Amino acid sequence: MSEINVNHHSGGDEDELERALRAALHSETDAVQPPSIVDAAAAAGLLDVAYARLDSPVGTLVLASTPEGLARLAYVDEGQEEAVMEDIAARLSPRMLAAPRRLDEPRRELDEYFAGRRRAFDLTLDLRLLSDFTRRILDATARIPYGEVATYKDVATAAGSPRGSRAAGNALGSNPLPIVLPCHRVLHSGGGLGGYTGGLARKRVLLAIEGRPE
Amino acid sequence: MRLPPFQNLLDAHARDVHRFLIATIGPVESDDVYQETWLAALRAYPQLTDGSNLKGWLFTIAHRKAIDHVRARARRATPVPEPADLPEAPAADGVAPVADEDLWAAVAALPDKQRTAVALRFIADSAYAEIATAMEISEPAARRNVHEGLKRLREERNR
Repeated sequence: MSEINVNHHSGGDEDELERALRAALHSETDAVQPPSIVDAAAAAGLLDVAYARLDSPVGTLVLASTPEGLARLAYVDEGQEEAVMEDIAARLSPRMLAAPRRLDEPRRELDEYFAGRRRAFDLTLDLRLLSDFTRRILDATARIPYGEVATYKDVATAAGSPRGSRAAGNALGSNPLPIVLPCHRVLHSGGGLGGYTGGLARKRVLLAIEGRPE
Repeated sequence: MRLPPFQNLLDAHARDVHRFLIATIGPVESDDVYQETWLAALRAYPQLTDGSNLKGWLFTIAHRKAIDHVRARARRATPVPEPADLPEAPAADGVAPVADEDLWAAVAALPDKQRTAVALRFIADSAYAEIATAMEISEPAARRNVHEGLKRLREERNR
């Protein structure tokens, strides 16, 4: 059913004709869904960012792709969705549309990963949100096999900065593609969990999925 | 300036833009103009410097696209097809088949500016300032167009 709009512009002194107009102009057109603009926008080269939500064992995720590939995977905490979306718009482009079907492949692979049926991702990534240093650190991180862990020092050394464990920790904390670039596999040398971009509870869940319960 | 995701704009105004175009150019051709409107908005969006009246900005684009479309249709309309070739015609030119058909027909028969102003006011639920922005006219002129349109509709109804 259509809603009857209350006239909030002229203080409710609307007459019968105005009410009839509002009702008539709304009622029938409400049954007609406006067409999607996603395909036309993509064909015109105007879909800079396609995004979708995914429910997962680590809460709601937002996935954002550019025409080059998956550029952002964000954890969404309660009430933070708008802030997450605005951050993506600011860092990638405000030409951003909800386009879940364009993220079918990453959503499917992530679902398989969460179900324990996938050990590696086969996705095209857009690494534009990574600085050079972060990219080197995450390259090293991506070489840690599924179910294994390494220390911040290991990763820093593999990235060519053996004294850069702290910087490595910061770089991992700014990972724009967590899970896919597995920064959850990096721990403190003493065996402590260290930090995590999505909070330690999520890090524990991911390590447990990979067969490493605490 | 920091712009919100374009999807927010689409969520807020997709239905109003769609209704507005159905009322001004008819249900058959409105989908194409709807796409053109949103693509033009998407193209221009990152360059926006003032985010305070996005609805007015959006309906300016919709209004321009509707005018372009109506002009192009007028140019195409010269050769008259054989009656057998005519597609199923809508109730009246530019009118959706709705319950209150007389009212729709009367709206469709209004002069362009009055029809647009009335559609913006009662379909898109626009304030006079927004109507003025969308139609690129002054606020008193927007008010006048709505009132003259309503006056004409009242006369039609009381005949």
